[in-house]
This record gives sequence, structure tokens and C-alpha cells, in this order.
Amino acid sequence: MPGSLVNTDSLLAVDVGTVTTRAALFDVVEGFYRFIASGHAPTTAAAPFKDLSEGVRQAIENLQIVTRRKFLGEDLRLIMPANEGKGVDTFAATLSAGPAVKTVVVGLLDDVSLESTLRLARTVYTRVVDTIGLNDKRKPEQQIDSLLRLQPDLILFAGGTDNGATRSVEHLMETIGLACYLLPAEKRPALLFAGNAKLAEKIKSGLQPLTSSLSVSPNLRPNLETEDLQPAQHALTKLYTQIRRGQMNGVDELNTWAGDTLMPTACAEGRIIRFLSQVYDSRKGILGVDLGASAATVAAAFGGELTLGVYPQLGLGEGLANLLRYTSLEEILKWIPLDISAEAVQSYLHQKSIYPTSLPATPEDLAIEQALARQILSVALNSVAKDFPRRVRHASPGLTPYFEPILAGGSVITRAPALGQSLLILLDAIQPVGITTIILDQNNLLPALGAAASRNSILPVQVLESGAFLGLATVVAPYVNAQLGTPVLHGRLVYQNGNESRLDIKLGALEVLPLPVGQSGRLYLQPLHHADVGFGPGQTRDSGIPVTGTALGVVIDARGRPLRFPTDAERRRAIIKKWLWTLGG
Amino acid sequence: MLAPVVHILPLTTIRRERLLPVPGRIAVHVDQRVNSLDVVAEAHFGEEHLLVDVARTLGVRADAAQNLIQVKAGDLISQGDVIARRAGLVPRIIRAPCSGQAILIGAGQVLMEIGETRFELRAGIPGTVTRQISDRGVEITFNGALVQGVWGNGQMNIGLMLPMLSSPEEPLAARQLDVSLRGAVLLASYCNDPAALQTAGELPVRGIILGSMSPALIPQALQARYPIILVDGFGQRPLNSAAYQLLTTNAKCETTLNAVPLDRQTGVRPEIFIPLQVTQEAPLPREVETLAPEQPVRLRRDPHAGAIGTLISLRPGLTIMPSGLRVAAAEVRLDSGEQVLAPLANLEVLW
Repeated sequence: MPGSLVNTDSLLAVDVGTVTTRAALFDVVEGFYRFIASGHAPTTAAAPFKDLSEGVRQAIENLQIVTRRKFLGEDLRLIMPANEGKGVDTFAATLSAGPAVKTVVVGLLDDVSLESTLRLARTVYTRVVDTIGLNDKRKPEQQIDSLLRLQPDLILFAGGTDNGATRSVEHLMETIGLACYLLPAEKRPALLFAGNAKLAEKIKSGLQPLTSSLSVSPNLRPNLETEDLQPAQHALTKLYTQIRRGQMNGVDELNTWAGDTLMPTACAEGRIIRFLSQVYDSRKGILGVDLGASAATVAAAFGGELTLGVYPQLGLGEGLANLLRYTSLEEILKWIPLDISAEAVQSYLHQKSIYPTSLPATPEDLAIEQALARQILSVALNSVAKDFPRRVRHASPGLTPYFEPILAGGSVITRAPALGQSLLILLDAIQPVGITTIILDQNNLLPALGAAASRNSILPVQVLESGAFLGLATVVAPYVNAQLGTPVLHGRLVYQNGNESRLDIKLGALEVLPLPVGQSGRLYLQPLHHADVGFGPGQTRDSGIPVTGTALGVVIDARGRPLRFPTDAERRRAIIKKWLWTLGG
Repeated sequence: MLAPVVHILPLTTIRRERLLPVPGRIAVHVDQRVNSLDVVAEAHFGEEHLLVDVARTLGVRADAAQNLIQVKAGDLISQGDVIARRAGLVPRIIRAPCSGQAILIGAGQVLMEIGETRFELRAGIPGTVTRQISDRGVEITFNGALVQGVWGNGQMNIGLMLPMLSSPEEPLAARQLDVSLRGAVLLASYCNDPAALQTAGELPVRGIILGSMSPALIPQALQARYPIILVDGFGQRPLNSAAYQLLTTNAKCETTLNAVPLDRQTGVRPEIFIPLQVTQEAPLPREVETLAPEQPVRLRRDPHAGAIGTLISLRPGLTIMPSGLRVAAAEVRLDSGEQVLAPLANLEVLW
């Protein structure tokens, strides 16, 4: 039976993605939690299996082969707790497989409850198909017909501050209730109410019998000035699992193994990013990005406050066929260092959408895939940035806020043929400003750590410090308003042994100062022309900045913010090739 | 490694459930032969709804309005019928603005269903009805040749199939199309000519089977009133050799195109059916395979997208591809005789 992670040892964490199911084992080695190994298998949630259990079992069996330790009994059930070298003490699971949850958002005012509810919808894998609010010009019966036609899986319903409006919310409740009543019982949606607390009981009694599952959480807008998504997010996470249990075979069993703590992968990632932001330097944010087949996820946390954006429409899988609704071919083409036609890119989008599990085998396909990764991450980040708290620090409005560190996941990034390619994808897409460390989650551990964090706060910290993640580079990205070619920075890296490397950086340059893993040094920066490296225009830290070794060392990205490309296609391709060459990609 | 399976089969048996979205009436009986366009079940439901707010219109409280409502749930109402009446010196009457059925009455309101939509469920597959599923639909069993596609424009039709190509590489061009092709299902390699789709619609043809199509034609293809099925995907890829051989062998046979969009979750995909007379049912095709030597496979991505071959061996460990990616890979001998390396993730078993 599932038990608490506290005072126990091993943890087996399974993440069921759209393409791959991963099983990761964590155990105590010499008194510290360590990532031991992982096993992978294709996800079997879709046809022909239509049951994700098979993929989960295969992933665990592959882990058994790697670790020579048995986790599944003869009856294919999880052995828990561990006994005589078999099994595992605790189990955690996360899930991102499956089509986005079809969602209707209902609230009162566009810029108050509706806006907050839409933000709430973006914290899990949802696709908002309609919004109903006070400014909706449709008659109630037209709203009912819309709900009947769309047959949503989920209704997110908010509105009214606590002790505020009730009548308008009640009218909306009637509309929802009538639509749900008219839907066949097996097609009734789940509903989350996060509005005026005064109406909670009324909503429960009125809508409970008409929905597949109903959850009431504290008001996400308790007053006009305050937005508090966290309780509603927690309830939504539970409801999401509930919806998936009804939609996908095998979710029930997985949730049982996980002691009823199965959660959406993105929420687990968000949770660990928030957790880390409480541990790290609170003056900067922590950024986590993940690009998978099911969605692009951006989690940014500032002093414990999380902004999470989950974009199923921006996944690198089936959603690609519709990607051009959110960006343009030109924006994708600009990242490609090879001479590839727009039609070839368009064909790629559709072919990959048909075969989301397939991999780029040719240099041309890889170039397109990596260009898509850049553009998708850029679109996702720009979208989520609108929801960042106002107090976050930027070098200039419109630029990426200061982050330290930036964690990146998703095989298009972490499994790129060269680490320089991984880094350039991230630098291009995120365009960080100031000084930051880029870390790769090569083993897709963030969801597992997030799923475990609420029950065992030691495990994520110890695993993060154990070297299970790859420190990719320390990046220095100055922001300056100057002409290309203007000197903007003198850099001096003093190694532990007293040796020095020096660089004079001009605007437009991308340079590397090697500092291998295991070494450390001190970086002295002298900004010129009021360049800002995170300390303010022209400011620096005279005592230098301590830096530790990473796979690619210290990378000075002085290409300018925002990045600008030559208009001539040939020159543009040449410059991208040069950047790749500089980073060893 | 588990592998996806695609069917390109000269003779097989397929059983498919066809279900209504809501309960309805089944229109066929067990053992009845149906073609793909036959209606096998139908359901009726209201087209839209109308909410008559009696309380608000008469200016009374909801509970008071309940007593003024003159209709019951289930009543059929004609335009002008009295919905509610308030007595008094100046009586007030609410009349139905249109015909329909009262379906719900409460809180001083009447919800009416107006208009009617008749949903007809077509067989989608030629064959014999082998089972009725109470109120919801039927199971149909098909015997014959089957080619599964990867993209469909949502249409369905039947016609005699006419190959428009003398080799798997020959594209479809408008100049090839004339009135003699009216009512036919056309088979071609690929199409990047908008005029070809336009002319095909004007003839009209009963469908087009292509190996691939330019993605620029998608909006036009989605507007077409005849089915279009892509067997291999997008771009300018020739029709794969297995499909080419099977389909050209069955030229001038009655062919059903069910160009439903691909749905990976449910496994629904566009399909081409060529019914054949059989004395004994062929075995049902396997839906799940594990990659192994000697299997016929199709490559799904460049540089050999759509090519058919035989899996020779699974490479141990990881192999570096020309893209630089390290992946689990296999050696495949293509039908052309060329031996190539392909990521396992880019293979599907042909069965």
C-alpha cells in the first residue's frame, strides 16, 4: 500500500508522456538521495492499446533490467514497500498523455474573474473552447446550445468577489445547469467552482447531480485587487486526474499506486520550480521550460510565487499541424541555418503531426525541429510573461526578466546531438538577460521531484545537488542600447589556479570562456556604454562573480536583446552557423 | 520495441462498430449487406433551444410564474400557442414564438427544443451487419482489400477506382482530368496542383487517393465535396510501393473511401476498402507488433519517407543518424534493394 515518503528510502516515479513513459528510481546512497536510473517505453494510452498500464509496466521492466532490481511482482503489481531487495518504498506518478481537456470558462467580468479563470485554465493541459461571461452578447439559450454542441470535459466557473455579486453568478449557474441537464449522463462535464464563496453550497447542491464531478475551491478573486490561483490550481489538479480516470484506461491503477497523488506533469514541474525559488536567490526568478509532444510548459517563480503556462497547442506532436495559428512560417524559417523552403517546413509540420513519435534522421529535419523548438518556446514564454508579477526585475520592459537558474527539459533540447545546439536553442528562444546558469534536465527528473516534493522536501534538494542535472553553461547576456560592433564588455575569468582568460566583447558577439565541470573561478566584468549585466546600467560587482564549471563554461551572449537577424537570408544562415560553431554545435 | 501497425492488406477481415452519438433507431438487421453510404442508424435531436422567461416577462416572482405556465414538459407546442397566461383586468399572455417541444419547466421559465436535426449514421465500411448494439448502432464485418491512410478530408464515397499513374511517382495534374472520369475514384501519386482538385470537383469525381499532397492544398481539400485520402503524408512523396501494387491490381473495382480524419487516441483513420467475395473469412489483422527481423515495414520520415522495406536487423545500443541524433535503429532493405538505417521510432509495421 502506498505510504508516506517521509522516513522512507526509495522512490519510483513514473511520468506518462504523450510519446514516452519514463520510470525513474531514486534511492539513498551513502546517506543522500540520488537518482539511480531510469527505464523508458512507448506510451500506450492511445490506440491500439488504449490503456497506459502496458507502457508503465514496460518502462518499469526496462528499469528492472538496468538496475537488476525487481519492482513488479509475478502478478505485475508494484511491490511496495520494498522487501528483501525487491520493490520500492514509495511511488509517485505524473501524466501529460492524452488530448487537451476540452474546457469552457465561465465568469463575470472579462478583466477580472474571466481573466483569472483563463489563467487558471492555462495551468493544466486544457483547450479552452468557449468563454461565457457578463459581456457575452449571446442569449442564455444560445450559451446552452454552445455547451451542448461543444460537450466540454470541464467547466471552470468563477465570478463574484466574496460577499459580492450573487445574482449574476446564479444566472450563469442556471445556464450551466440547464445545459448539463440536457447532456447525456455519460457526456456531462466536470466542474470547478472558484467564485463567490457565499454561493459554494448553492453550487454544490444545484450542480453536483448534473456534473460528472464537482469541486469547489476558495474564490480565485476574493476581492477585485487580489488574485489567488493556488487553491483553485490544487483543486483543478485533482479534477484533471478525475477527468483522465474517466477518459483513459490505466489511470486509476496508476493513481492507486501513487496513493491518490497522481498529478499533471506540468503541475509537478511548476511545483518544483516554485519550491526552488524559495530556496535560491529571491531577487531573481527561477525559470523552467519543457517542450514535449503534448505541450510547451513554462514555469517561472519569483520568491515562491509561481506563474505556470501550459500550452497544449504548442506541443511538438499532433498540435504542429495547427502551429501556424500561433506563429508564422517566416518566424520559424528565420532560425534555420540551412536553405530550406517554406513548403518543406509546412510539410514537416503536417508530417510530424501525423507521426508525433518519429525522430529527425536528416540534418534538414533536425534543423527544422530545432527551429520549431526555438519559435515555440519563444511564443510560450511571451505568452506566459504577460502573467508575471509586476514586481519582477527586467533590464528593460519587454525583455526576459532576470532568471537564475534556467532549467530546461524536453528531448528536442536535452537530446540534441551537441550540447552547443541545446544551449543555442535556449539562448535564442529565451534570450536571457544578465547572468544566469542554464541547467539541462536530461533524465526528465523535474516532474518526479515535483511530485515527491510535497511529501519529502529533502529528496528534491539532495537530488538537484547530486549532479543528476547537467550544468550546461553560465551565461552572461548584457543589455545595451548601442550599434552592432560597439565594445560593450571587458571580461576576465580568473581560474582557481590563478590563470586568467580575457575577452573584449563587442555588441553582436557570442563568445565562450571554457570552465570545465569540477573547476571554479571568478568572473570580473566591466560593462561599457552603460551595458547592463544584471547589476544596473554600467554597474558591476568589483569583487567578481563566483562561477562553477559547466559543460560549456562561461558563455558571453552579446548578440543583443532582442535578437536581430540580417535581412539577407544567406547572411542570416551564415551567422547562425557561426553561432553554432562557436558553441561547438 | 512496440511498433505501430498500418494495414495494407490484399485480403482481410475487419469488424467495426458504428455508433450514434446519442440513442436512436437502428435501421438495418443482422446479416444485411450494406455499402458504406447506407444509413445503418439514425437519431433525432433538437436543433436548438429557446428559453421563455415567464417570470421576467410577466413581472412576477419565479414561484408565482410557475402557476401561470400553461404547458407541461413534453408538450408539443405550435407557434402562437399559449405558454403562460396572467389573468386580471388586463390579461397578459405569452405565446410560443415558434413551434417546438417543452422539455423543461422550472424557476418560472420554459425551455423549449426547437427545430429538429436528423442524424444519419452511415455504414462507413462495406460489409455485412454482424451485430446490433441496442439503441446505439451496429457492428459491420468487411472482407476484402484494405489500405489505411494517414490523412482524410472528412468525406466518404464509393466509385470505380481508376489509376491515373503509370508509375508510383506520377503526380496528378488538371490536364489529365476529363469527363470520362466523372464518378470515378482517382488514384495518383501526389498532387501539388490546385487546379487538379478544382477540376476533380467540377467533373465531379467520387474521390481521390494520393500518396501525398502539398500542405498548401489542405484548405482546398477540406472544402472538397469528394473524399481525399493521403496514404503516406504531406510533400511530394510517391505512393508507397505496397499501396501502389495493391491498388493498381484492383483497378476498376468498386472502392470505398472513408476519409475520416486520423485520430490517434481512438485509432480511427482514413481507409480505402475494396470488397471481395470470399468463401472463408480471412484472419483479422494484428493491431500490435513488436519490431523484429523479416517484418515488412514502412519508413515514416525523410530521407525515405513512405518507402517500403523489410527489417533486416535491430542494431544493438544507439546508432548515430546523419542528423547527429543517437537513437535505437534498425537496418532496413528497401523494395528498391537499397539498404538503409532508420530510427526505430520512424518505422511502422505493415500488416
